[in-house]
Amino acid sequence: MNPFDMPQETDIAWCPGCGNFPLLNVLKMALRELGKDPKEVVISSGIGQAAKMPQYVDAHMFNGLHGRSIPTAMGIKLANRNLTVIAESGDGDIYGEGGNHLLHIARRNPDITIFVHNNMVYGLTKGQASPTTTTGTKNPLQPDGVIVEPINPIAVALSVDIPFIARVNVGDVAQTKEILKQAISFRGLSLVDIFAPCVVFNKVNTYQWFKEHSYAVPKDYDPTDRMAAFRRALETDKLPLGVLYRNDSRELYEDRLGITDTPLYEREFPEAAFQEVLAGYR
Amino acid sequence: MPHFSKDISVVIGGAAGQGIQTVEAALMRILKDAGYGVFACKEYMSRVRGGSNSVEIRLSSMKAPRRAYVRRIDFLFALDAPALEHLRWRIGEGTTVFAEKSKSDADGIHRFVDTPLLEFAMEAGGSPLYANSVALGVILGVFNIPSRSAEAYLEKVFSRKGADIVTKNINALKKGYDFGRHTAYAEDIEVPLFADEKKKDDLLLDGTTALGIGAIAGGCDFISSYPMSPGTGVLAFLAQHAKKCDIVVDQAEDEISAINAGLGASYAGARALVTTSGGGFDLMQEGVSLSGIIETPIVIHIGQRPGPATGLPTRTEQGDLNLALYAGHGEFPRAIYAPGTPAEAIEGMERAFDTADAYQIPVFILSDQYFLDAISPIDIREVARLTTDRHIVKTEPGYLRYALTPDGLSPRGVPGYGDGLVCVDSDEHDESGHITESFEMRRAMMEKRFRRLDALRESALLPHSYDNFDEAETVVISWGSNRWVLEEAIGKLGSKKLAGLHFAQVFPLNKEVSNLLGKKKIIVVENNHSGQFADLLVRELGVKISRRVLKSTGEPFSVEELIDELKLELTTNN
Repeated sequence: MNPFDMPQETDIAWCPGCGNFPLLNVLKMALRELGKDPKEVVISSGIGQAAKMPQYVDAHMFNGLHGRSIPTAMGIKLANRNLTVIAESGDGDIYGEGGNHLLHIARRNPDITIFVHNNMVYGLTKGQASPTTTTGTKNPLQPDGVIVEPINPIAVALSVDIPFIARVNVGDVAQTKEILKQAISFRGLSLVDIFAPCVVFNKVNTYQWFKEHSYAVPKDYDPTDRMAAFRRALETDKLPLGVLYRNDSRELYEDRLGITDTPLYEREFPEAAFQEVLAGYR
Repeated sequence: MPHFSKDISVVIGGAAGQGIQTVEAALMRILKDAGYGVFACKEYMSRVRGGSNSVEIRLSSMKAPRRAYVRRIDFLFALDAPALEHLRWRIGEGTTVFAEKSKSDADGIHRFVDTPLLEFAMEAGGSPLYANSVALGVILGVFNIPSRSAEAYLEKVFSRKGADIVTKNINALKKGYDFGRHTAYAEDIEVPLFADEKKKDDLLLDGTTALGIGAIAGGCDFISSYPMSPGTGVLAFLAQHAKKCDIVVDQAEDEISAINAGLGASYAGARALVTTSGGGFDLMQEGVSLSGIIETPIVIHIGQRPGPATGLPTRTEQGDLNLALYAGHGEFPRAIYAPGTPAEAIEGMERAFDTADAYQIPVFILSDQYFLDAISPIDIREVARLTTDRHIVKTEPGYLRYALTPDGLSPRGVPGYGDGLVCVDSDEHDESGHITESFEMRRAMMEKRFRRLDALRESALLPHSYDNFDEAETVVISWGSNRWVLEEAIGKLGSKKLAGLHFAQVFPLNKEVSNLLGKKKIIVVENNHSGQFADLLVRELGVKISRRVLKSTGEPFSVEELIDELKLELTTNN
């Protein structure tokens, strides 16, 4: 029994064979192995099939708006930094609708973790191209194939210096779990791009395809070398998996804001300071 | 020669960057401390330097304070030639103009005092930048207010720029002051000093500061916002006081981030505020809808300015009532406050936080450029102090965030406080906060959310009635920033037929409002094109509106034009 299992039978809204199923199990295992208590974990998600993840994890949940899991997660963390805060959604949600937030959360660097289920397609809205869909892929909105280039999330994340960047293939459960644990434990902003296939709407990027088109970075790969990480990020033939970049020296947004361990709901009214403010206008 | 009642309008005009705001701030402080009743409002163009801007300062007695924009100008100080042209339409027979004659077109101006502002500035400091201190001196000289207080003020304000700058400003002030005294003598201008009692406990506040003070007093501890005039001031105010008042201030990348961060913080127990203007608020609307379904409190300040789109960025309007009223898709309860005085702004902001937390809804504060920039004194005893109780509970295992209750209010838990899990969902959800597609649950949740509206209505603020309200056959209604301009217009007309009614909360309306209006004839005064509050009254109460007094030029109403409008009403009636 995992403390993050739902206490009752739950009707899961994913299709049989969906890449989200193994990911759900891996996430719950990772949280348990880290010794987390469900009462200290909040999962903030957007909209889409990936964003339903927190519906099936017995922890605090903020299932918010499409594209907005990141600002919401930041607000939660700033109000109570004792919480373990995860923002989790799909590629359309985080790289498309909420793309601006990804760029600017990197500048702040709060201690939150972003998990992006990257299936290279829009599942819940039935098969349209996502920001990571390969050029040329035929879909309901581009019957002759996608005519725009896909985003490279790892290169984007590197360019804005997200201090922990990893990519995993959910087909490799052991490595996925290990890296999710590292991302959650990382002190600062972490991003994990997770290959998790959509078995209904993406007949190209399947479990098999992800396996064949990716490789684990070698053991001697140095993730603290940002330029080396850029070179890996720009590879297209086979996509690198593992912790691609790690920078442990960035200060936290919480610390720069002077936020203490006392959650805001326990904050005492600053009476003396308030009187001082009033006095300034006499 | 010029004779003055206890009501003087002083206008200072100049380009952005010429320092008219320094003159305004100095005069307000000095005149207030001297015991005058003071009020200031301003209008400015959307540019950083140049253009033509002006401030109006009204001097009155403390006992009968005048606190609204008047078109009339008694003393005009034009720091440059464009200022004179910009304000020419307001120059009347009673206006004394102080400006440099060689650079001005003095035609048609009855009293023109050639004032060597630039010459004095160059003599005193070697730069035209000192013209504003010269102007300050001239004004104080004309009014015969001792210059010592102004010297002390300049010393305080400019001390961080060094002793040299302080000395030059004081020299400029003195030159202006001597000129002002001399002019008053030569032109036989006598301004009776009607300073009555000196009130040491008065605070000098603009609308922005009042809202900021209200936010702190209301226990605000989180703000994430994106700059947009005229809503930015509240963010700047809280940023300035964030450290000592323990407030988390986040400058967001966009308004969408701002409101979602605010809701995240609020979910975790913060008292969260966002501040913006109409265009920025448009981007927040989905967040308002989210607040509605997840029943997570948020306070939203909209500093209104004329739209659509970019409109007139630095001007004023009350055009976004409907926006606040209907913002966000779907149906859910909300409350909207619209303060008309600094005291109402402080109390309104505190009330907004309490209402948001108590009823778990989005709450709006509507202000506008005119209100946010207008400065007036308020007695410190008028600073309301309401409860800052967050209305949250410690959760137990099995906690249900959306427990169905008779009054529709589910005890609100926050993550980390207690042993329960707090789940909120933008999807329709069951009592535990998890997604559902059950029609029965949907009905239960819709009904639950709307049950809160009954209590919300009962706790709604009653409007403020004045001037023979019970007997008057016609009631003139204002909301938000028009309170004082209408009060002055009605007061000056002195007709027993007219009374005023001011709404500082515009939604929902207290049930008593229907009884108050009774069978009275209703006139609504609004700074917008269509009469949005009039429409709301019709819709909510089924009343008939006999006249809508509207203005959407980007300027506030002046006392004079409201008097003209209401006179029309009185004469066509008889």
